[in-house]
Amino acid sequence: MRKVIEGSHAVAEGVRLARAQVISAYPITPQTHIVERLSEFCADGTLDARFLRVESEHSALAALIGAASTGVRTFTATSSQGLALMHELLHWASGARLPIVMANVNRALAPGWNIWADQTDSLAQRDTGWIQLYCEDSQEVLDTTLQAYRLAEWVNLPVMVILDAFFLSHTYEPVDIPDQETVDRFLPPFQPRFHLNPESPCTFGQMSPPGVYMEMRRSIQAAMEDALVAFADVEEEFSRAHGRRYGPVEAVHCDDAGVILVTSGTVTSTSRQVIAELRARGEKVGLLKIKLFRPFPVESIRAALGRARKVAVIDRNFSFGASGIFAQEIRAALCNLRGHPAVFGYIAGLGGRDVTTAVIEEIYIRTRDAEAPKEESIWVGLQEVKHAP
Amino acid sequence: MHLETMDREYIHSGHVGCPGCGAAIAMRFVLKALGEKTIMVMPACCWSIIAGPYPQSTLKIPMLHAAFETGGAVASGVRAALDVKGDSDTTVLAWAGDGGTFDIGFQALSGAVERNEDFLYVCYDNEAYMNTGVQRSSSTPYGAWTTTTPGRQWKRLRKKNIVEALVAHRIHYAATANIAYPEDLMGKAAKAKTMTGSRFLHIFATCPTGWRLPSEMSVKIARMAVQTNIFPLYEVEDGVRYTINFMPKGYLVNEYFRLQGRFKHLSDEDLAEIQEMVDEDWNLLLRKAGMAPA
Repeated sequence: MRKVIEGSHAVAEGVRLARAQVISAYPITPQTHIVERLSEFCADGTLDARFLRVESEHSALAALIGAASTGVRTFTATSSQGLALMHELLHWASGARLPIVMANVNRALAPGWNIWADQTDSLAQRDTGWIQLYCEDSQEVLDTTLQAYRLAEWVNLPVMVILDAFFLSHTYEPVDIPDQETVDRFLPPFQPRFHLNPESPCTFGQMSPPGVYMEMRRSIQAAMEDALVAFADVEEEFSRAHGRRYGPVEAVHCDDAGVILVTSGTVTSTSRQVIAELRARGEKVGLLKIKLFRPFPVESIRAALGRARKVAVIDRNFSFGASGIFAQEIRAALCNLRGHPAVFGYIAGLGGRDVTTAVIEEIYIRTRDAEAPKEESIWVGLQEVKHAP
Repeated sequence: MHLETMDREYIHSGHVGCPGCGAAIAMRFVLKALGEKTIMVMPACCWSIIAGPYPQSTLKIPMLHAAFETGGAVASGVRAALDVKGDSDTTVLAWAGDGGTFDIGFQALSGAVERNEDFLYVCYDNEAYMNTGVQRSSSTPYGAWTTTTPGRQWKRLRKKNIVEALVAHRIHYAATANIAYPEDLMGKAAKAKTMTGSRFLHIFATCPTGWRLPSEMSVKIARMAVQTNIFPLYEVEDGVRYTINFMPKGYLVNEYFRLQGRFKHLSDEDLAEIQEMVDEDWNLLLRKAGMAPA
């Protein structure tokens, strides 16, 4: 059924269709519409789930660690400061191999106090062992939420579904909402590989000395490597049922492009328009959208970017003392490739500033006209700051 | 209490607690009372070590080790999942030390009790961060030496009254218990097991290592804490109905303090001041229980 809904509600519809059993959340702008809609689903019986209205994001994830360890399907949603507060338990959830699904609405971190789109919150959690999926539009948000459960329960790792604040979370778009029967076939009830059970008592997460810890860590990486393969299979099944697929990355006109823009999230949609216009003017420009960030799809990225002369990575995030985070990862993926393209890093749209078609075109022109990157990061559209004397 | 309670054991004979560890005694008694249909959530505490390293465990019931500050929240999640699965028989037990209860875990505990989550939360109180090497907590009593209140900077602040803090939440059931009074302790755990909603058991658990006390004195010193009114045995139901379970003969606190290395620096004047505090707290409790003029 096609309906015009908000991006936040696309998440909630996905969680409803996935038949999540325990939901635990704490409100933070701009995540609130997700949990409000889920609260309504639980209140009116549309969704048969327990909703724990906990006293912090930290407890929201802690409660799901308890629930998922007891063998049920779980969900939470957060943003920015809330995700940062969860940091300790992000590690815990992946270390415990729990298939928790969380939506994170990308929002800037304070101070200055800012509720608008910025990816630094989720990208700063890249080493926590969560699978990360960045979404471009509301349809992808809903579809990815469903795929996230299949993927999480397949490889026993937690999955973060990520959407831009306001540009996605609070924007209404037409979305095809699948029927329950189709989703049930794609996503059968959760069958945990292990759970807390008095009839078969086990201790979970106990003291693990140096003699065993390293192998436990390696098994998480093995699961991440499995997730790359599993993601393709999940998408294949999903597309057979629902007729849509996204890929870990999406390459647009990359085959003959001299310059390829690399984007994620909603900047991708704007970039699609820009490259269509540039192509119409004869410019050899391509676009690589990155959806799957952890595990990082290195082979797909090398295949898409390897033949280009220049790559322009647009980062709506920043790692202080280094560079944009996607740019770091792209550089690392390409560095061992013989004759790899020059990687230009552009910082744009922090704290919700618009990344307009003009901004993206400027990024393209600057990349096309430069021989090589002169600096690690080029901050686009910075205003002159006048300091007090 | 049924006689077979004494024959049931839910911890194996081997564990890695210190000799005389009150926390190990407390665990043994609580599990006897709760039985095998129990799932335990254990935020980081001495028991994280006592249970033993992977792949061994001294516990015969399922246990989920959890982050230090998450006992109340993780237990809420386990309960929610059991409810969703239609399992109302299994008792969810959160098992935390005083640090994980009074300090870093207090927010999650307060949140869970406000939501009246259906679990039993046990705090075994050894009055400092013993697992990390005897650092002060908000449960450390007035007068105590710890490694972070050394020398002349011994703790000059009173112990937080955790039961009263939870009573302020109108918790369904809150009680104190003590390893030197096993019948009372097991009776309270068994009583709590039959109830629903949030239940809290505050167990006084000697730490010979941290209290600078010979291990064979562990139970004796715990008994003295009750008999001197330092740690009264009482219950509070629905945040209002107080019952005092043991009326002491009124022993003075001096000997309790003199036996423990952690208090050896205290002067007679300090002990007199402490006696006044203990008397004041006891009289306040008597008034709440309707046993003294208001």
